[in-house]
Amino acid sequence: MHELSLCRSIYGIVDAARGDREVEVVHLEVGQLRQVVPDTLLYCWTMVTADTDLAGSRLDIDHVPVTLDCTACGAQTTPGHALVLTCAACGSGNITLHTGEEFMVTSMDITAREPMRQEP
Amino acid sequence: MGRFHRHDGGTEHDHDLAQDHEHDHEHAPDESAVSADHGDLSAYDTGVERVSVLERIFSENDRAAQANRAAFDGCGVRCVNMMSSPGAGKTTLLVHTLRHLQKQGVRAGVVEGDIETSLDADRLAGLGAQVALLNTGNGFGGECHLDAPMVARALSDLDLDTLDLLLVENVGNLVCPAEFDVGAHDSVMVYAITEGEEKPLKYPVMFRSVGVVLVNKMDLLPHLDFDLALFLRNLAQVNPQARVFEVSARTGAGLDDWHTWLTAAPVGVRAT
Repeated sequence: MHELSLCRSIYGIVDAARGDREVEVVHLEVGQLRQVVPDTLLYCWTMVTADTDLAGSRLDIDHVPVTLDCTACGAQTTPGHALVLTCAACGSGNITLHTGEEFMVTSMDITAREPMRQEP
Repeated sequence: MGRFHRHDGGTEHDHDLAQDHEHDHEHAPDESAVSADHGDLSAYDTGVERVSVLERIFSENDRAAQANRAAFDGCGVRCVNMMSSPGAGKTTLLVHTLRHLQKQGVRAGVVEGDIETSLDADRLAGLGAQVALLNTGNGFGGECHLDAPMVARALSDLDLDTLDLLLVENVGNLVCPAEFDVGAHDSVMVYAITEGEEKPLKYPVMFRSVGVVLVNKMDLLPHLDFDLALFLRNLAQVNPQARVFEVSARTGAGLDDWHTWLTAAPVGVRAT
C-alpha cells in the first residue's frame, strides 16, 4: 500500500508543473516491474486530490512491459513470464533491464482557456 | 534508463495530441479499461492541451536519498538497508550483529522502522548502539516502508560523527520498501526458509533490489520440506549476482561470514 505516498509525489509534481492551469488528465508511464496496483493508484488519487485544485482530474496509466538486453548473446527480448528475468533467447541471467522500471509523470492535459479579453 | 530526461524549464509544450506516444512498446489491453469510467470530455468545448512533464515520480525521494548518502559519506559512515517480510528474523539477527559489532569496537547505529510500537527498538537497547525509532503510523493506517525523507528525520536523533556503521531496519514488507531508496550504500534482505522456495519469483523486485540475501532460520531445515537448491535457483532467476549467507539468527550459526561482509566492505562501495 505505498500507492498513497506515490500519489502524494505525483500530486507534488503535477501541482508544481501546472502553475495555475486546470488539469484534466495526468499521464503516467508505469513499468511492469513497478509494484503498483492501478486501481488502488486511481482510488488514492481521488483521495489525495479531494478538496484541492486537482480534484476531478484523473490518472491515465500507460503500462510499459519488461524488455531485457542480454549481455551474453546480445538479444533484446521480452520474457515470457514477467517475473523471470532471464534472456528469452539464450536463457542467460546476465541481463540488463531495457524497459519495465519506468515510473514517471509523462504529461498532463490541461484545459485550454480563451485568451483574456481586454475591456475597453 | 536512458530514456528518462528532464526538461530544465520544468515543462515543455506539445500541442499535438495524436503523436503523444513516442515509445515503441505495445499498450497493455486493459489500459483503456483503467480510465474508461472517466472519459467524458464533452463539457470542455475549449479543448485540451497536452503539456509534457517528464518527471520521475521517485525524484523527490531520490534527491533526499542522495542527501542522506552524502551525509553518511561526509561522516565516513557505511549505511546498510535491511529488508524482509514480517517475522523473518531481522531484529533477532540485529541483536546478534550489534553484540558482535560492540565486541569488535565498531560504532553502530540503528534506524528502526516500525508502523507502531517501540517493541523492536526496546529489544535493541543496551547493545551499545545508537537507536533512532521511526514510527510510520501517521496518516492513513501507517506507511508500509521507510522512505528517504523519513530516514533523514531519524538522522537528527543520531550523532553520525561518532558512528562507523548505520543499519536501517526497514518495515517488514516484501513489496514497498524495495521501491524506495533511503540513501543506504547497500541493501540486504533477510529471508526465512519458513517462507517457501517461491518467494523470489513472487517478489522479484525485492529480491532484485539487494546485493545480499541472508537465508535465515537454517536451524529449522531438518523440520521443514524446504528445498534449498530450488530456492537458490529461483533466486538466481531474478538476481544472479546476489550473495547468499545461510544463517540462523537463533543459534548464531553462519553469522561470521555475514559479519565479515558487513564490516569489511569499504564505505561507499555498493555490493554487486
